[in-house]
Amino acid sequence: MQRHRKILEYALSSLLRRKYKNIALIAVFSFIVAVLSSVLFLTHALQTEAENILVEAPELIVQKVAGGRHDLIPVAYTKRIKMIPGIGKVTPRYWGYYYDSLTGGNYTILGVDREIEGLTLLEGDMPIETGECAIGKGVAAARRISVGEELVLTDGKGAFSMFTVTGVFSAASELLTNDLVVLFYEDIVRLFDMPADKATDIVVEVFNDTETPVVARTIQRLLPDTRPIMKSEIIRTYSTVFNWRSGLVLTMFFGALVAFCILAWDKATGLSAEERQEIGILKAIGWETANILELKFWEGVIVSLTSYLTGVILAYLHIFYLGGSFLSPALKGWSVIFPSFRLTPYVSVQQIFILLFLTVLPYVASTIIPSWKAAITDPDAAMRG
Amino acid sequence: MKHPFFIGLIVLEIAVVLILLLAGQVGIRAQQPQREAKRRIVHQLMLTDFALWTEARYTRNPSQADLFTPFQDFPSAIDHFPAGSIMAPGKINGATRLEPKK
Repeated sequence: MQRHRKILEYALSSLLRRKYKNIALIAVFSFIVAVLSSVLFLTHALQTEAENILVEAPELIVQKVAGGRHDLIPVAYTKRIKMIPGIGKVTPRYWGYYYDSLTGGNYTILGVDREIEGLTLLEGDMPIETGECAIGKGVAAARRISVGEELVLTDGKGAFSMFTVTGVFSAASELLTNDLVVLFYEDIVRLFDMPADKATDIVVEVFNDTETPVVARTIQRLLPDTRPIMKSEIIRTYSTVFNWRSGLVLTMFFGALVAFCILAWDKATGLSAEERQEIGILKAIGWETANILELKFWEGVIVSLTSYLTGVILAYLHIFYLGGSFLSPALKGWSVIFPSFRLTPYVSVQQIFILLFLTVLPYVASTIIPSWKAAITDPDAAMRG
Repeated sequence: MKHPFFIGLIVLEIAVVLILLLAGQVGIRAQQPQREAKRRIVHQLMLTDFALWTEARYTRNPSQADLFTPFQDFPSAIDHFPAGSIMAPGKINGATRLEPKK
C-alpha cells in the first residue's frame, strides 16, 4: 500500500511539473465529456419523458392520404370504422397549424367538441363555448396576452376572429402545450374554412391493446385511402427522434471530438524525449518495469478520471439545472416559439458507465502502452533517447 | 504530500455525482403528480406529440408527419439532408426563364 501511495505521489509531482499542459488537457477533456454527456442526458430524459407521458396518447389514429399527402378525412368514415368489432369511441379530431405573421411563430390549433375539466396544469378554464380559447405559455408570451384578454387570428377568408382567453397552460406543461391554441371545434372549422363534413383525422379507441394491429389492418382494408398510426408507433418515433447518434448536435460536435482524440492520442502515445529520459533514469536507479507501468497508469487515471467526473457533473448541472442553455441555440433551429427545458432528471446509470469506459479506459490504455515499450528497453538507450 | 488532495478531490467529485443522482431520484418522485397531470392533458386533448420544434410539420408532429411524402420542404428551411450543404444551386436555364420585353 505504501508503495502505491509513493508511486501516486510521484505521478502527481510528475504531472505538476508540466502543470499548464496537463491543466489544458484536463479542461479540454472535461469539456468534451460535458458536451457528450449533455447530449446523452438530454436525449435520454426526453425519450423517457415521451415514454411516460405519451402512454395516454390515442390508441389508434386514422389519417386520409391523397396524392401521397395527408388530407382531410370525411367524418362519414367514423361510421364504417365503428362497425369493426372490439372498437370503442370513434372521434373525429380537428387540428391544424397557424402561421402568425405578427410574431413569425407557428401555432398548433386544436379543436375540442366537449367541455374538458380536471386539467390542473392550467391557469383559468378550458373553453366552454365558441369565441373562447385556452393557450400555451409560448403563445401567451409571443402575443403578450393573459387570461381575460383577446387573441386575434385571421381566418381562412381573411377576416379577423377574436377569441377570449379563458385559460393559459402553466409552464410545467410547456413540453406539451407551449404552442397550443385550444378552440371549440365550430371555431376551428370556421377559422380554417374546413368543409363541415371533414375532420383532420380520426381517433379510434381500441378496448384490447393487443388487437390494435389487427384493427389497423382491418381499417386499411376497409378504407384503402387511409393510414392508421398506432400508439406504439408514436412512442417508437420518439425513441428514434431522440437518438443521439443521429443528432445534428453530435454531427456538429464530431469534428471537435476527432480533434480531441488526435490530441489525446498524440499526448498519450508519443512519449517526449524528456519523458523517455525520465523512464530511463527511473530504471537506472532501480525502478522495475511494473513500477513504471503503475506510474503511467496513475498519470492516466489522474487526468482521465478527474476530467470524466468534472464533465459528467457539468453536463448534469447544464441539462437539469440550467435547462440545457448552451445546447438550446442548436436545438432551437428555426422555431420562434420554443419551450424552456424543464426536464425530469431521468439518468441512465448504464450511460454513465458507458461514458466511463469510452473515456477513461482508452486514455489509460494509450498512456500505458508506449511507456511499457520505453520501460522494457535498456535504461542507457532510453536515457539517450 | 499531494496524493491526499487528489484522493479527496476524486472522492468529492464521486460524492457530488451520487448526490446529483439521488437528488434526481427525489425529483422524479416529487414530479409524479405533475406527470399524472400531463398524462391527463394528453388523454383529454388527444395529443400525440411534444411541442418542441415548431419550424415544420415533421418537427412539430413527427409521429403524424407524412414522412413518406417527397419534397416536403419550405423556402429557407434548414437543410435536413447533408447533401444540401455541398450542392450548389443549378444554373438558370435561359429558355425556361421569363424575361420582360424591352
